[in-house]
Amino acid sequence: MAIQDQRNTGARPEEQDEVTPDPTPAPAPGQSQDNSQTEGVDDLLDEIDGVLESNAEEFVRGFVQKGGQ
Amino acid sequence: MTETSFASARPTDLPPLTVHRVMGTETEYGIIAPGISDANATVLSTQVVNAYAATLREGLGNLTGTRWDYTDEAPLSDARGWQIGRAAAEPSQLTDEPPVLTAEQVALVDRAGDEPAEDAAVLMNLVLGNGARLYVDHAHPEYSSPEVTSPLDAVRWDRAGDVVVQRAMARIAATPGFSPVILYKNNTDNKSVSYGSHENYLVPRSVPFGRIAAALIPFFVTRQVICGAGRVGIGALNQQPGFQLSQRADFFENEVGLETTVRRPIINTRDEPHAVAEKYRRLHVIIGDANLSEVSNYLKLGTTSLILSLIENELIPVPEIAEPVRELQAVSHDPSLRHLVTLTDGRRVTALEIQEMYLEAARSAVDVQGGGDAQTEDVLARWESLLVTLGRDQLAAARQVDWVAKLKVLQAYRDRDALEWNDPRLALIDLQYADIRPSKGLYYRLAARGEMEQLVSDDDVVAAVADPPRDTRAYFRGRCISSFPKEVVGASWDSIIFELPSQRRLQRIQTREPLRGTAALTEELFAGSRTAEEFVSRLQGGPEPSMAP
Repeated sequence: MAIQDQRNTGARPEEQDEVTPDPTPAPAPGQSQDNSQTEGVDDLLDEIDGVLESNAEEFVRGFVQKGGQ
Repeated sequence: MTETSFASARPTDLPPLTVHRVMGTETEYGIIAPGISDANATVLSTQVVNAYAATLREGLGNLTGTRWDYTDEAPLSDARGWQIGRAAAEPSQLTDEPPVLTAEQVALVDRAGDEPAEDAAVLMNLVLGNGARLYVDHAHPEYSSPEVTSPLDAVRWDRAGDVVVQRAMARIAATPGFSPVILYKNNTDNKSVSYGSHENYLVPRSVPFGRIAAALIPFFVTRQVICGAGRVGIGALNQQPGFQLSQRADFFENEVGLETTVRRPIINTRDEPHAVAEKYRRLHVIIGDANLSEVSNYLKLGTTSLILSLIENELIPVPEIAEPVRELQAVSHDPSLRHLVTLTDGRRVTALEIQEMYLEAARSAVDVQGGGDAQTEDVLARWESLLVTLGRDQLAAARQVDWVAKLKVLQAYRDRDALEWNDPRLALIDLQYADIRPSKGLYYRLAARGEMEQLVSDDDVVAAVADPPRDTRAYFRGRCISSFPKEVVGASWDSIIFELPSQRRLQRIQTREPLRGTAALTEELFAGSRTAEEFVSRLQGGPEPSMAP
């Protein structure tokens, strides 16, 4: 799925990193995720994978609104 | 609360420093019908209003107040003291005119079909039993909450609006022949368009507007660190990939102004108090993001109300930002929160440091008055703790802050699947975070996993869908609508219109004092009146004239 969606991106990773600094703070030295945290994230992403609309590109393109306040 | 030696230093005629005041929220929802490629947004919005009306008809049968009383609406009146001409206004500024559908569009709206003779009209507006308004605001359905007196109640009745539109969506989805409609509690389509989520605060007319504007601009430029909803994409046209704190920041162009749909200003000057104009102004705040996180929403409303309290007491330190609009966007574009904002005195400080200046001023002023009420102390404590957390490790605030919760999910996807910021899946996560369907909305999925801190119980929210707040005129409005559904033929924030069999003319009851019409003042009147006739006659000159709102 990741590979499939990659074809929609026009930029190489190096270019992207220059445009947009990674907003995630670097982890402190010695701080590492234990297994339970990793499993929690995996489980969360599995759940979100299950509810995300199927064709991301088309769905996002179709979300067009008229102006508001 | 104990008296301290500082208490005497403070003049006693000043209002107490508190988060409590009359306030309310307005949410314009994003709306699509994925099954219809060329759906008209006004028609879809009208479907939402009529679908909710249908659920009410099926339930208790209380449906009324469908006509909005526009008599006291003045969207072109400027708080700085003038009025603009209608011809000079953008058509979308004319919010005192109801939208109109063509006959073909009317045919597309579900009128529940069960009572075609009696209820043939398509509804563009509903006043609800909880005192709120649900209506078609041009191309969006909008829920305007009833007036409440605290930030926690504002969160509760704001969430009630989400339940109202969830019920409408479910009704449309279950109606044969209708394409499901999805609503989003967000503020941009990430193409070029933004729509609002507004806050309203009642402020004494005696406080000079210029002082309010000067003190609030730096606050509004920086409060997005605690209440931004997060956005994938930079620029009003989404022309640059990336992540930013705010949905709305890139759509603001001015510091102060009357517009809400074009050239949006940080401080909106619409002077439409919906109350006794000589005594009050309604500060109409248009810069906020729609929040799903209860803590973000609570602190957005609570800290703003408290800062207004400081302004009323002339206690505000005014850090003046050299270029507020530019800094609003620069702060939003830096999720590391390290961006330095340039003040007019030459200092360069972070958004967190500016928020700390306001926090310090509020904290010390509340201490000088001998402490605050419970909710004021709670807002101060949560605000302080959140600023500390955000300064140390942003992602540690994911349970409290919308933009952080969203960023954490986005970052996990980026890590797992090596996604770039312009990957459509990240744009979808941004959008679907705000999907208002509990089964699909990512905020709701996080909340169901216990990953978002909740301040109001689900039971309290469901009760607030039906019940009005007890401590404002919204009680009077909501109870009139629930108790006399046949006789109340119109309503607005400051009036209720009765049509009584015995009266040839409509009876318009004004409710221009937001803190009257409360349960304490009118509950007995409702309980003791068997008919609308009796109710109105007792109200208008009966034995308890003091109860009249």
